[in-house]
Amino acid sequence: MDNHEKEPMFSAKNLKLLTEPLGLNNPITVQVLGICSALAVTVKLKPALVMALSVTIVTAVSNLVIASLRKYIPDRIRIIVQLVVIATMVILVDQLLKAYVFDVSKQLSVFVGLIITNCIIMGRLEAFAMANKPWPSFIDGIGNGAGYGLILIVVSFFRELLGSGTIYGYPVLAKLGIYNSGYENNGMVILPPMALIFVGLIIWFQRSRTRSLIEKQ
Amino acid sequence: MENLLNIFIKSIFVDNMIFAFFLGMCSFLAVSKSVKTAMGLGVAVIFVLLITVPVNFLMEKYLLKKGAMIWLGEGFADVDLSFLTFMVFIATIAAMTQLVEMVVEKFSPALYNSLGIFLPLIAVNCAILGASLFMQEREYENVAEATVFGVGSGVGWMLAIVGIAAIREKMKYSNVPDPLKGLGITFILTGLMAIAFMGFMGIKL
Repeated sequence: MDNHEKEPMFSAKNLKLLTEPLGLNNPITVQVLGICSALAVTVKLKPALVMALSVTIVTAVSNLVIASLRKYIPDRIRIIVQLVVIATMVILVDQLLKAYVFDVSKQLSVFVGLIITNCIIMGRLEAFAMANKPWPSFIDGIGNGAGYGLILIVVSFFRELLGSGTIYGYPVLAKLGIYNSGYENNGMVILPPMALIFVGLIIWFQRSRTRSLIEKQ
Repeated sequence: MENLLNIFIKSIFVDNMIFAFFLGMCSFLAVSKSVKTAMGLGVAVIFVLLITVPVNFLMEKYLLKKGAMIWLGEGFADVDLSFLTFMVFIATIAAMTQLVEMVVEKFSPALYNSLGIFLPLIAVNCAILGASLFMQEREYENVAEATVFGVGSGVGWMLAIVGIAAIREKMKYSNVPDPLKGLGITFILTGLMAIAFMGFMGIKL
């Protein structure tokens, strides 16, 4: 393993790790991981952004840690070791959020804690970090976190725009004078079920563009 | 008693783990292809919730909360371990699932064979940790309330997964657009079921 030729930090292979989860191998729409905490935080753009950032950091750093330790972790207790690493990271993130963006931390409530059981992180640790070197694992974590964040941001953008008429708290529709022509905010979009339907539509859109992703039954 | 019934009904229908909070979606989507396996996983989830929620309640009450350790003596009155919540909860859950697995294997091999593969998966099911965190956030008063809440959440989760599995079995005969097949249509179906469940909102006994 050590006599490998040293590859550049951003080789084509590593860049692919970064870009693939954004589209063809998206953790949410293709790998079906991490939906648990993804949907509940997408009513507004701001909590979604904070959540996306937190998950990216936790995924990347715990990937890095586990990849560095991978040769020393006994196979039988690897799940517990992974959980401990993730939980430590999540506690750090939670304390930081409480210190610097308290209002968002309150809005996210239990969902910060639920990053621990976010399947993306466990999934990436099991599938990637346990078998790869630290640096590629770190990039893989960033890529998957970003892919997760992308879906969160798209969903929350539409839900905030259609449901509250704002983007990141800025009242776009009111400024454009759209309400004057009789438009009203769609209260339905704020309700939890619409998050599921939006993700369903995103999957529909992506799969009709990339036919190779279609499931055969 | 009425209070307990209220918590039970509420946690099944109004605050349904899947339809209101999307917890446990990963296994919900992965294991809902047939009613039989969905049923197995549902029972396992109820079982684990029945044990972990009260245990975590006790952890919270006698270990984590500010001043919770006062039973050790006056000197511990100021100890606040609440920042360790996640670590303690997830450790309890992992340990309890392991324990449940061993106990079930010993005393009921038949049940073990039907639940077997699901039990390890449950440790990382968001619904389990979620239930404990909600239990903490909603500040239930005693073990009975916490237990009832845990079981109710489990029953609600099972109701949802069995329901969607039944619909997905029927979906085989319908003509779904190709790109929507599988995952896409399941999302939309779950959304529609969630809208139906919103009809329970505001119920109070």
